[in-house]
Amino acid sequence: MLAYLVRRLLYALPILIGVNVITFALFFVVNTPDDMARMQLGVKRVTPEAIDKWKAQRGYDKPLFINDAASGSAVFTDTIFFSKSARMFAGDFGRAEDGRDIAREITSRMGPSLAIALPTFVLGLLVTVSFALMLTFFRASYLDFWGVVLCVAMMSISGLFYIIGGQFLISKLWKLVPISGYGSGLDAWKFVILPVLIGVISGIGSSTRWYRTIFLEEISRDYVRTARAKGLSELVVLFRHVLRNAMIPILTGVVVVIPLLFMGSLLTESFFGIPGLGSYTIDAINAQDFAVVRAMVFIGSVLYIVGLILTDLSYTFVDPRIRFN
Amino acid sequence: MAFLPVILWSDVLIWLLFATAAIFGWLSVRNPLWRTAWQRVGRSRAGMASATVLVVFVGVGLLDSIHYRPRLEEAAASAASGTSRQPPAYAVEVLSVLDAILTPLRTRNEKTYSEPLATRAYAKESIESRGADGQLQQSRDYPRLKHGGAHLGTDETQRDADIGQRLLRALALATLLWWALAAATAAGLARAESCTHEEAWRRIWHNESDFAWNAVLATIGVLLLVVLPLAALSFNYHVFGTDKVGQDVFYQVLKSVRTALVIGLVTTLVTLPLAIFLGVLAGYFRGWVDDLIQYLYTTLSSIPGVLLIAAAVLMMQVLIDNHPQWFATAAERADLRLLALCFILGVTSWTGLCRLLRGETLKLRELEYIQAAQAFGVADLRIIGRHILPNLMHIVIIALVMDFSSLVLAEAVLSYVGIGVDPTMISFGTMINNARMELAREPMVWWSLAAAFVFMFTLVLAANLLADAVRDAFDPRIAGSA
Repeated sequence: MLAYLVRRLLYALPILIGVNVITFALFFVVNTPDDMARMQLGVKRVTPEAIDKWKAQRGYDKPLFINDAASGSAVFTDTIFFSKSARMFAGDFGRAEDGRDIAREITSRMGPSLAIALPTFVLGLLVTVSFALMLTFFRASYLDFWGVVLCVAMMSISGLFYIIGGQFLISKLWKLVPISGYGSGLDAWKFVILPVLIGVISGIGSSTRWYRTIFLEEISRDYVRTARAKGLSELVVLFRHVLRNAMIPILTGVVVVIPLLFMGSLLTESFFGIPGLGSYTIDAINAQDFAVVRAMVFIGSVLYIVGLILTDLSYTFVDPRIRFN
Repeated sequence: MAFLPVILWSDVLIWLLFATAAIFGWLSVRNPLWRTAWQRVGRSRAGMASATVLVVFVGVGLLDSIHYRPRLEEAAASAASGTSRQPPAYAVEVLSVLDAILTPLRTRNEKTYSEPLATRAYAKESIESRGADGQLQQSRDYPRLKHGGAHLGTDETQRDADIGQRLLRALALATLLWWALAAATAAGLARAESCTHEEAWRRIWHNESDFAWNAVLATIGVLLLVVLPLAALSFNYHVFGTDKVGQDVFYQVLKSVRTALVIGLVTTLVTLPLAIFLGVLAGYFRGWVDDLIQYLYTTLSSIPGVLLIAAAVLMMQVLIDNHPQWFATAAERADLRLLALCFILGVTSWTGLCRLLRGETLKLRELEYIQAAQAFGVADLRIIGRHILPNLMHIVIIALVMDFSSLVLAEAVLSYVGIGVDPTMISFGTMINNARMELAREPMVWWSLAAAFVFMFTLVLAANLLADAVRDAFDPRIAGSA
């Protein structure tokens, strides 16, 4: 198992390097640091001195890959690629436009993001899987038909409308919970309820349909017929046999996103004013803070790769036939 | 010439796509396997009803994809009198055929918000008027709209009666048109299947025809009942009200359709070649080619989509802002930005389809007929072209229709986040973005949001339903069992 993990991590390394190179190319080769400086300082009436100063402040005044002026290992380390991109592997993301350390900002913002994303994820999974099981139980009936119609209708509504509608109905009309904001510690609960609720509801449509397809595919197999033939009730068949065997396709889609929960959700957080990583990213996009966006891209990929490894590990728990090799 | 044709890049691509679809449709009619698959789609009632709705949307989008710059009036006048030898001047504004049709909607702007079908503005203002004694009087009242119900004059009490009358007339016309259409369809069917009209009529409504005529006719009926009254009222009232700067919301909604279509369709122009080419290459040649392509798409797909899009769009903005000289008009800039967004969306979303195609190719290349072809010494390219690609097409078509609705939804979210289309370009995303703060107003401004919701929901729902019908017809696993 350990050897397997080490091998997987070694596989992940070239992918991370690839991500790093792609982001580097995107941020420094497509546009030169001069372009970024002009953008930040305003395109018109910008002096070369101002650009140089902006670049020097952020360390963008070095050569891209090879610094001929330096000596020794500094030929490679005293460059933009090394100082801005390669150092991300060590968890050093540099500073944001407002001078704050990005790494520290990220650790402090993970909490609120997780407070929203984790309950949404768990509740959403429970609700959609049970809904899908119910539709499978009543398959080929009117309930199933209208359930699927409801799902298709729900997945045709933009996520924006769920948030706007939910905020309007629950916070403005019924005044049950505050419309947006966040509190510290346990006081946060009343700010968390609404985003979680909306997150769960907006995910019902597509996920339920997806799980229903998986269950229906499973239910037409021979082992299900055998189970029924030996006299098991439909409910037992559904929960003990179909659900368990459907775990592999479900896990494939589910486990990958668990690490990404740390990143929070861009939309929800910005609508509800939650000081998490999602709103951090949005603010960075709007302020055109390149360093923060670069850092988030990198972290996102790391978390995704962790998710892939976790997925493979989780297979062995639900299917003993799968071994690490 | 009274106008200067402007060919925007997205117009070219949209019409190119239209032509491709037409050619593809012709080809698939000749191929018996494809014909049966499409006939299965044609029998699906939900599929055909949604296809009818989509045809209307596509029609609006195509009309909005022929652009021109009108000639300026003064220049035209002076040129006609022959006093000046100046070259004719054209407006900077780029219009489309749809704009020309909707000229009353486009030009009759109010000062600010007004409710749907209102004759007076939404907020009170101080109005100066002359009283009976000739004195200037100031009063606070809802000012009369400049255009909304202007034909009524001062007689605003007649509004409801007027609207009712127009509605009745439109509904009557809609019913008449529908009956004519239904009768024509029955006549056509009777001739095609050489039976009596009554028999054809019965087959249509008892679902016994080979094509879901009943669904199409019913949908057309509903559409006529909705569209004609809207059209009848929209030229004298603001049917969906006006927004903050007084622009007609109905006009905005119609303009959003093209943006959504471009995003949903042009993106596939980027996705498909990448996914098909790389997927087939990886699956067919295996070895290091496979490793390289797998590495490429694993790397790309490991970057969370929104973040990669955000980073790419941010960089594109820098590029565009630093090169204002590339664009002659604002419309061209917005257009190129839209295409860049499509490109970015395409580059970030081909990986899923590529993985699917690679897996399928791996499976196909082990089959006997391909091994036989290889044993006969048929060239690899020929095997791919003749034996592998046609057997992958169902996956491609399913992916294509499935992606459309998610792309339309993605546009709204991205525009909200600020990494979508140009803020000056009318789209569902920008409409929602502008309208979302208005719910907090007192009294509430709900109509922009409601209109965007209804149109977007209809479009995406129709696309989803059609996608389901197409998937059911083309997926061999499902189609075989049914």
